[in-house]
Amino acid sequence: MGQENNYILEVKDLHTSFFTDTGEVQAVNGISFNLEAGKTLGIVGESGSGKSVTAYSIMQILAETGRITGGEVRFHGEDITKWNKKQMQKFRGAKCSIIFQDPMTSLNPVFTIGSQLTEAILLHTDNNKKQAKERAIEMLTLVGVNEPESRMKQHPHELSGGMRQRVMIAMALACEPDILIADEPTTALDVTIQAQILELMQDLQKKLGMTIIMVTHDLGVIASMCDEILVMYGGRVCERGTADAIFYHPAHEYTKGLLRSIPKADNMNEKLIPIGGTPINLLQMPEGCAFCPRCDAAMKICLKEKPQEFRVGETHIASCWMNIKELYEAQEGERV
Amino acid sequence: MSENEKYLLKVEHLKQYFPVRRGFKTIPLKAVDDISFSVKPGETLGLVGESGCGKTTVGRTLLRLYQPTAGRIVFDGDVLFDSGEQYDENGKVVLGADGKPVIGNKVDVNMLPYRKQMQMVFQDPYSSLNPRMTVEDIIGEPLDVHKLYRSRDERREKILGLMELVGLNAEHAMRYAHEFSGGQRQRIGIARALAVNPKFIVCDEPVSALDVSIQAQVVNMFEELQEKLGVAYLFIAHDLLVVHHISDRIAVMYLGKMMELADADELNENPIHPYTLSLLSAVPIPDPETARKSKRIVLEGDVPSPLNMPTGCPFRTRCRYATEQCAKEMPQLTDRGNGHFVACFNK
Ligand SMILES: Nc1ncnc2c1ncn2[C@@H]1O[C@H](COP(=O)(O)OP(=O)(O)O)[C@@H](O)[C@H]1O
Ligand SMILES: Nc1ncnc2c1ncn2[C@@H]1O[C@H](COP(=O)(O)OP(=O)(O)O)[C@@H](O)[C@H]1O
Ligand code: SF4
Ligand SMILES: [Mg+2]
Ligand SMILES: [Mg+2]
Repeated sequence: MGQENNYILEVKDLHTSFFTDTGEVQAVNGISFNLEAGKTLGIVGESGSGKSVTAYSIMQILAETGRITGGEVRFHGEDITKWNKKQMQKFRGAKCSIIFQDPMTSLNPVFTIGSQLTEAILLHTDNNKKQAKERAIEMLTLVGVNEPESRMKQHPHELSGGMRQRVMIAMALACEPDILIADEPTTALDVTIQAQILELMQDLQKKLGMTIIMVTHDLGVIASMCDEILVMYGGRVCERGTADAIFYHPAHEYTKGLLRSIPKADNMNEKLIPIGGTPINLLQMPEGCAFCPRCDAAMKICLKEKPQEFRVGETHIASCWMNIKELYEAQEGERV
Repeated sequence: MSENEKYLLKVEHLKQYFPVRRGFKTIPLKAVDDISFSVKPGETLGLVGESGCGKTTVGRTLLRLYQPTAGRIVFDGDVLFDSGEQYDENGKVVLGADGKPVIGNKVDVNMLPYRKQMQMVFQDPYSSLNPRMTVEDIIGEPLDVHKLYRSRDERREKILGLMELVGLNAEHAMRYAHEFSGGQRQRIGIARALAVNPKFIVCDEPVSALDVSIQAQVVNMFEELQEKLGVAYLFIAHDLLVVHHISDRIAVMYLGKMMELADADELNENPIHPYTLSLLSAVPIPDPETARKSKRIVLEGDVPSPLNMPTGCPFRTRCRYATEQCAKEMPQLTDRGNGHFVACFNK
């Protein structure tokens, strides 16, 4: 397969649904992005916007009721949605790893840290037992776990939250994946421990040159970690672009609203400007723009038609009708 | 703070120890260890610190959900609790000839009449409200307890008034708590707290469980209610930007001790205590330019267990300015000017 670009990952019009008793939940509804090797992509949006499902779709670790219903996920140019179970297992072991908000999702409480780490390394490499154990200790040292030899003999519950998170990162990195997906890795931690983990991830990225996908609802974490940002709402991409483009030239009303609603240095003594209304219900998606019911700037067209992707900068794309506001108002008259 | 400055709540040398079993022994877990502060009428005092530092315990002890181990609590001119110890101007307990603390007047009032004036709002709007009660009954319960109406009509009128005050639709009065979203449940929680017309509310992480877009709605509601009703808040949260936004002053706790207390802007622009410095520098700023320029002061390790409290200043095990003196005694909280209090020997 031809490979004219530097993209390690290309996601094209990805659709993922859950088939539940109450009907089909279209959790991811046409997501596209490209990611260059060695960069960090942030996926941000409120809870239920489809961030995790996007990540799980890439790795094909969806719940039983979930299925990719359309689109492509290209890894080094190859569409991995076409891969079989065995190929995907290899992908997950050696090419792409994930860490979760709750480390206990990946750690087994009944086994020692050492046995779990060694097991993972044995499974995904051709190391022998002794080598695997050495590698495990090396990984623990790398992620800043002190006294790694004695930690190997401990069980997960004997460690603090921050330590467990480090062990999970060690586990995810043991096979030197090309891509690390981090799904809210610091959401449950104190800011001080969060700072340790973020610092660690940035360090490891420099050392190992890996690509990171950072899933979070925290705009602060996004701003301090990411080169590229994908803003999601209701299973769709609102906007994607560089960190500077998203923070300094937001072109989707939802992104603008999100940035207005958070406390930051320049609005400490002013009222915050909240986004009105309540979070979206995927079973009652509006016909037009998903954000329309909560949007202060909404026009008639927003009610009726799903906004197309507007290119507002070289690498900056926004799905919001406001980007052709003048054009639209000239034709249709007033707003709703 | 000068003695005659007006305050609503004054806390002096408050201690809250929990007995914990270790093997055959019972030892005290010092969740709150000798802290003093005051809250002025209508102000918001923010309370921050890593989890396990004793923030919730402070709030719950003030409302007397726990029996304080020691200290003095004065509310609106009335002494609610006093364990009787006397302190000299250096903050040391005054000892008698027998080497034991001199115990003065002890006070321990019946809290029931004060419950009307001091309320609490909790973090988790999902678990703090009974899902099988209607909104009307949740908000009405404190009205029932304190008999704050003369007729059914007056009860209902009050409930609808409270719902309007917190921005809830009156049509929703007969709905059940579980039918509401997180932000709306937090509104129900605060309407319930406001039902008895309190002067002081402890808000324990009230926006932490909410989505960013909803957080702003609830933060604004807290601010607007304060402007309208003049209620004072002790606002506990781990999001330092939210605390900065909502607070007039901010207190920083570490392992049961008060490390720094200052005006909110002053604390953020001119933090002095090494712990506050690292706490603030750890906050990821939602601005890529600032993020690229700033360097995190990464604190090593975790908060030690309060059962294993370091001697002297509890922060010394993670502090890069620590000296020998820090291991020997706990620095007193001293005024560095303009009501900026700091407990540190070296900064
Ligand atoms: N196993 C599942 N079954 C049914 N619906 C699901 C499942 N997992 C996720 N969803 C739905 O998909 C949507 C997106 O979820 P998710 O990706 O977890 O959101 P986020 O990570 O942005 O908070 C949500 O509305 C959620 O209800
Ligand atoms: N009822 C209790 N019994 C014993 N220990 C407690 C109790 N409540 C809190 N603690 C302990 O007191 C310390 C402070 O807890 P808490 O006030 O909840 O901290 P924060 O709210 O700052 O996270 C912690 O070590 C906690 O484990
Ligand atoms: S008193 Fe000592 S240990 Fe405590 S913060 Fe100050 S310098 Fe650090
Ligand atoms: Mg998620
Ligand atoms: Mg707490």
